[in-house]
Amino acid sequence: MSRLVLTDVSRRFGSVTAVDRFSLTLQPGEFVSLLGPSGCGKTTTLRMIAGFLAPSEGTIAMDGHTISSPRSTLPPEKRSMSMIFQSYAIWPNMTVAENVAFGLEVRRRPKAEIRERVERILDVVQMGRLAARYPQELSGGQQQRVALARAIVVQPAVLLLDEPLSNLDANLREEMRYEIRRLHDEFHITTVYVTHDQSEAMVASDRIAVMNQGRVEQVDAPRALYARPRTRFVAGFIGRTNLLDGEARGEDVTFGGFAIPRRAFAEAAALQGRVCFSLRPQSIQLHRQPPPSSDRGAVVVGQVVQRAYLGEHWDYTVRPASSALSLRVTTRPHEVFAVDEQVWLELDPGQMAALQPE
Amino acid sequence: MRDRSLVVWLLLIALLLLLVINPLARLLWASFQHPDTGALTLENYVAAYGRWRHVEALINSLVIGLAVAVVCTVFGVPMAWAVSRTDMPGKGLVWAAVLGTFIMPNYLGAVAWILMAGPNAGWLNRIYTGLTGATAGPFNVYSMTGLVLVIACYSFPYMFVFTRSALDLISSEMEDAASTLGAGALRTTLRVTLPLALPAIMGAFIVEFLEAIALFGAPALIALPARFQVMTTMLWQMFEFPPRVQVAAAYSMPLLLITVFLFWLQYRLIARKGFVALTGKGGERRLVRLGPWRWALLGYCLFITSLSFFMPILVVLQAAFARAWGRGFSWDNVTLRNVRFVLFDQTATRAATVNTFVYAATASIIALGLALAIAYIVARRLVPLGRVLTYVAMAPFVIPGIVLAIGFYAAYTAKPLVLYGTAWILILAFATRFLPIAYTNSDAALRSINPELEDAARILGGGRILALRRVVAPLLRRGLAGAFILVFIPATRELSSAIFLYTTGTQVLSVLLFDKSDEGNFEVLSSMGLILVVVTVALVLVGFRLVGRDFLLRRTAT
Repeated sequence: MSRLVLTDVSRRFGSVTAVDRFSLTLQPGEFVSLLGPSGCGKTTTLRMIAGFLAPSEGTIAMDGHTISSPRSTLPPEKRSMSMIFQSYAIWPNMTVAENVAFGLEVRRRPKAEIRERVERILDVVQMGRLAARYPQELSGGQQQRVALARAIVVQPAVLLLDEPLSNLDANLREEMRYEIRRLHDEFHITTVYVTHDQSEAMVASDRIAVMNQGRVEQVDAPRALYARPRTRFVAGFIGRTNLLDGEARGEDVTFGGFAIPRRAFAEAAALQGRVCFSLRPQSIQLHRQPPPSSDRGAVVVGQVVQRAYLGEHWDYTVRPASSALSLRVTTRPHEVFAVDEQVWLELDPGQMAALQPE
Repeated sequence: MRDRSLVVWLLLIALLLLLVINPLARLLWASFQHPDTGALTLENYVAAYGRWRHVEALINSLVIGLAVAVVCTVFGVPMAWAVSRTDMPGKGLVWAAVLGTFIMPNYLGAVAWILMAGPNAGWLNRIYTGLTGATAGPFNVYSMTGLVLVIACYSFPYMFVFTRSALDLISSEMEDAASTLGAGALRTTLRVTLPLALPAIMGAFIVEFLEAIALFGAPALIALPARFQVMTTMLWQMFEFPPRVQVAAAYSMPLLLITVFLFWLQYRLIARKGFVALTGKGGERRLVRLGPWRWALLGYCLFITSLSFFMPILVVLQAAFARAWGRGFSWDNVTLRNVRFVLFDQTATRAATVNTFVYAATASIIALGLALAIAYIVARRLVPLGRVLTYVAMAPFVIPGIVLAIGFYAAYTAKPLVLYGTAWILILAFATRFLPIAYTNSDAALRSINPELEDAARILGGGRILALRRVVAPLLRRGLAGAFILVFIPATRELSSAIFLYTTGTQVLSVLLFDKSDEGNFEVLSSMGLILVVVTVALVLVGFRLVGRDFLLRRTAT
């Protein structure tokens, strides 16, 4: 278990800045995901942590020692980390057991200890029976388990995972998400997990760092990230949302066509001038009759424009009267409204997250 | 924290400079250097091009090059089309015969053609006089026409391979698109199929031209007795004692420049137009139905391959096992004496046989080791400007063997590094000459290995050298065995650079075969050639098993 600190790390390739002043501290034993669309710099960041790339600026420190800086970078083999690659990188010229034993052999552990530890870890990942197989004889999921075993058996200071599940089919991917979290709960290795799949990140992580265009947008626990996104990008990237532009003036925040009292918002004091909120589709209630007015909430009359039934829920598009907005609302399957029907929308300001001005 | 392996990389780069850059630089330098005083001068160029004889040889080379390229097109393109696109029967046989042609060294082909079409005694002439009762046959290999035909016979496989790979990549859908618009089979072939393959054919045309002007073996065996000169034979005469290296260097410059320019042109042709139409996925391919014409086409293919392969291999076999080749095919004329003589009895030929394979093997290992290291350095971006290293490693591809040999001679006969007179100058020249083949194959083999496999070894504490040894090397083994064969085969038969660099004791079979040609002992010449052919065939069969049936006649050389 190690503490990993990235301070203002940047990486440029020619004139392109792939990672821009990235800072993050991982507590010992913490599981942090780097989440973002492809090309956001997450893999570059991971490869800098691994030591395959040197940062152009900034430093990376492990347990207080600087391991990467523009001037000197400790080579990967000296970092006592492990990494799981997108391609798994299981060596095809070695059996499962030989693959897993490699890191221990490099560390010159006694033969008996190697055999015993390899056996144990293969049992942990349920691959004990297949120890003598060659990788070509394994399925994708099994190769994934070998990669996990090979990375964990050396008890690394930090475990790095680079989109490890992207080559698996959907069912297996879901299973392996939980498997990765289970292994983390068992071994408590400080982990950095790179993915573009938000549900992978949500399932496995203690915290998620959302990246966009080389920068960190927000670092938070999964729930906080979903409930209180702080930027437009995060709000849109994690789940679906409605973005409401408004203006805070006097006692009210006005949105074209309706207003909500300023004091109803959590960040009441900070709201000034033009503001933007993220409101999740399931945080809006639809009513056929005007609901009893509450003193915090806001009720807006509107009209259903479009609807879709998705089995687990309804997906409505509603246009508030005298407004150009169109809001997406999801309701439970039994709340049925027709297109063009008049509805009352109940918005809960407590669930509206104020976004940083652009 | 420097990577300690950096030292190794720098050493390899130094070796590359020694093998490629230094000989070329010294060649250029020598061409401007006064033979006695060492001062800068243009005298060498005056000496090289001030005589009509020398200029005439240059013109001869260019004429032969052009004629060979034309003949190769006539030979190779219909065969490639027949094998790739039609329902012609006997494709396997044709393919095997082209492979057989490819395996015959051109100078052995020249020997065979001397046996076949020598004035009076040649087989074809004897058959002709026997049939017609005429007093003399019409065939004479000792002529410009004869030389063009012989060279074309042994270079048209390039045309075949280039054209065939291009045709193989054209999907039937493109032809179908023309057919649905109402074009018949002939019009479709002429308007769609061949134009799509045209860049490849033009590229091959250039390669054939360059092959022909750089060739030494066949021209020396045929042009000299026929009393005309080409550039390569002229260069060789400049090396007769006392060698006039500076003049030869000056004389070889146009050859080098033409080659570099045309290869550049060829590269542009392929790069700009060649693959635009060909990159699409293959799609389903259907064969053109020829009806009765398919037998005519087969006849054509067999006619060409009997000129290049069937008849020559027959007369070489006959001569190799004959007491006297002129006595014809009869059991009492059969003997193992020649083969035994070459392999065991005569020290010179025995030594040359051993030298041939030892030098070729050593050169192949050096070329592969170097190529692999450079390919690795470039692929992993271990040093800045890696692309430059690629160009240097590929440069020998555009240097005619004979020019390279003169460069080696200029660079390594004088201090500080004297290699002339040792086996090393031959080995290093072979290694340099075939470095591009080694490089393209090493690069391809390396690219097939996901870099993450190596990263995985390093992050687990392995270090770069350990990762190479435990992971990369075992995975490369198979691909490299194929590459080794591809370098080894041409190295065993290399003549044009060996002829300038050998000394007594470092002769190889090709040199010896050429040396003995003026003795007129064709039985022994054929035996020596046959040894090369047999070894090559054995290696090709191993290559088939390792890499697959197409490994020799692929387009990797470009």
